[in-house]
Amino acid sequence: MLSANLSAIFYLISGVLFILALRGLSSPETSRQGNLFGILGMIIAITVTFLSIENFSTGLVVVLIFLLIGGLIGAFIAYKIPMTAMPELVAGFHSLVGLAAVFVAIAAFLNPEAFNLGSPGNIKLGSLIEMSIGAAVGAITFSGSIIAFLKLQGIMSGSPIIFKGQHPLNALILISIFVITYLLCSTQSSNLFWILLAISFLIGFLLIIPIGGADMPVVISMLNSYSGWAAAGIGFTLENTALIITGALVGSSGAILSYIMCKGMNRSFFNVILGGFGAIEQQSASAKDKEQRPVKSGNADDAAFLMKNASFVIIVPGYGMAVAQAQHALREMVDKLKKNDIKVSYAIHPVAGRMPGHMNVLLAEANVPYDEVFELEEINNDFANADVAFIIGANDVTNPVAKTDPQSPIYGMPVLDVEKCKSVLFVKRSLSPGYAGIDNDLFYKENTLMLFADAKKMTEDITKNL
Amino acid sequence: MEIDPFIFRLSIFILSIFIGYYVVWSVTPSLHTPLMSVTNAISSVIIVGAIIAGLAGNSDSTFNTSSIFGFLAISLAAINIFGGFLVTQRMLAMYKKKKKDK
Repeated sequence: MLSANLSAIFYLISGVLFILALRGLSSPETSRQGNLFGILGMIIAITVTFLSIENFSTGLVVVLIFLLIGGLIGAFIAYKIPMTAMPELVAGFHSLVGLAAVFVAIAAFLNPEAFNLGSPGNIKLGSLIEMSIGAAVGAITFSGSIIAFLKLQGIMSGSPIIFKGQHPLNALILISIFVITYLLCSTQSSNLFWILLAISFLIGFLLIIPIGGADMPVVISMLNSYSGWAAAGIGFTLENTALIITGALVGSSGAILSYIMCKGMNRSFFNVILGGFGAIEQQSASAKDKEQRPVKSGNADDAAFLMKNASFVIIVPGYGMAVAQAQHALREMVDKLKKNDIKVSYAIHPVAGRMPGHMNVLLAEANVPYDEVFELEEINNDFANADVAFIIGANDVTNPVAKTDPQSPIYGMPVLDVEKCKSVLFVKRSLSPGYAGIDNDLFYKENTLMLFADAKKMTEDITKNL
Repeated sequence: MEIDPFIFRLSIFILSIFIGYYVVWSVTPSLHTPLMSVTNAISSVIIVGAIIAGLAGNSDSTFNTSSIFGFLAISLAAINIFGGFLVTQRMLAMYKKKKKDK
């Protein structure tokens, strides 16, 4: 068996390897190596844990069986999951981290001797506080992620669910979490521990239901952050460096992603979290007038003609592309354009899709080289030089209203300057407004041609006509 | 007076937040999805706590309430570890550069 000091050093090493795993993601070339560092760190942490157990009981076999079962399920999911389902998968995984944190906290609460935390009913105060934090945050992560998962999967409606007195109720529950934690620490009562878990599950659920589908990038990032803080809380309880380091890394990573996503929508974090966006924004009068405005619509033939005569085309993908699974059809269209010596770039808005980097993964899956894919700031000046902007499944992120109308709910949001292109092709099912519930001025511009069809079908038809 | 070991752990925690802050800002936006799946995988290092809990039962009672929660947590964390790393690997394998042959 390993001495406590030696195993602490190994835990530190695995923590460092996890840092390197994240560092590797700074570019696609180093990322694969980074992932290997992560795997190595995990192997070290698990091996060391086994080696530091004093007397191997028959429990070892059971532990290995459970490990194997989980591993097989995980591996199976990882190979089967389609790339378009990545947001759901990540939400689902967050819920598992949360639940695992809750279970470890319960195990430690019931059997504190195993972790050197004192005896039942007489747990060290510091450990009890850390344990409660880990358990509460873990429970919130779990139920919140389940709701996010259901919304992304479409089992639950993506529109915000709001009711009267929602915010005061949530505030009351949050306060009671603190009060119960305080009472739990002073009385060590196990009943209070269960109540704490129950209301934490409840608040996780209540916090996420008012948040709409397109705000999911923020929600997923936030839950990512929570799962980190839950792990860190448990890490303090177990006095384990690997867990503390990892928890801090994951916690700050999720927080940064939430910040980037909020900035991409020019909304404050609290505005997103309080929810209800897009549900009440139907300012009827202005929306009604605009429906009368003339729109130019075309077919695949017109679109193919425009693109054939272009020399530079920029493609703007959005969530609609993911829904229609149009990424492969899109790549085939682009291949044909490139054969005709037409330059093609892709422009990705930070909040396109349902999670950070969602569009990039889909394009990578369709074999689009990553050096043809650009972020908003990198490409926004190029729209003025482009002949055609091909918008497929995006809407609000192209709306010029964000730059011109201070009354608009999306005013100030960074948008792609597609209207500067010589012509704009807009693939969309209908003229219905996007998530923000507002009309897109771009539909009515002189140089816009609307292509009303399913994204995948339209792209295939254009390819045939090229 | 001796310093409470908690303070050392707190120091590690705070410094790691700063490391995380700088490391994550340098992650390229196109890899944000793999970043989420890999952070998912590494946060499942919580499995070390689950293993300790699972093995804590003595030989005449392998299964008690505490160790059963440990066993369940092991499976949950293992799903994440294998699922998280493998799906990240699968995604990263797709990111390719432009072919220079044409």
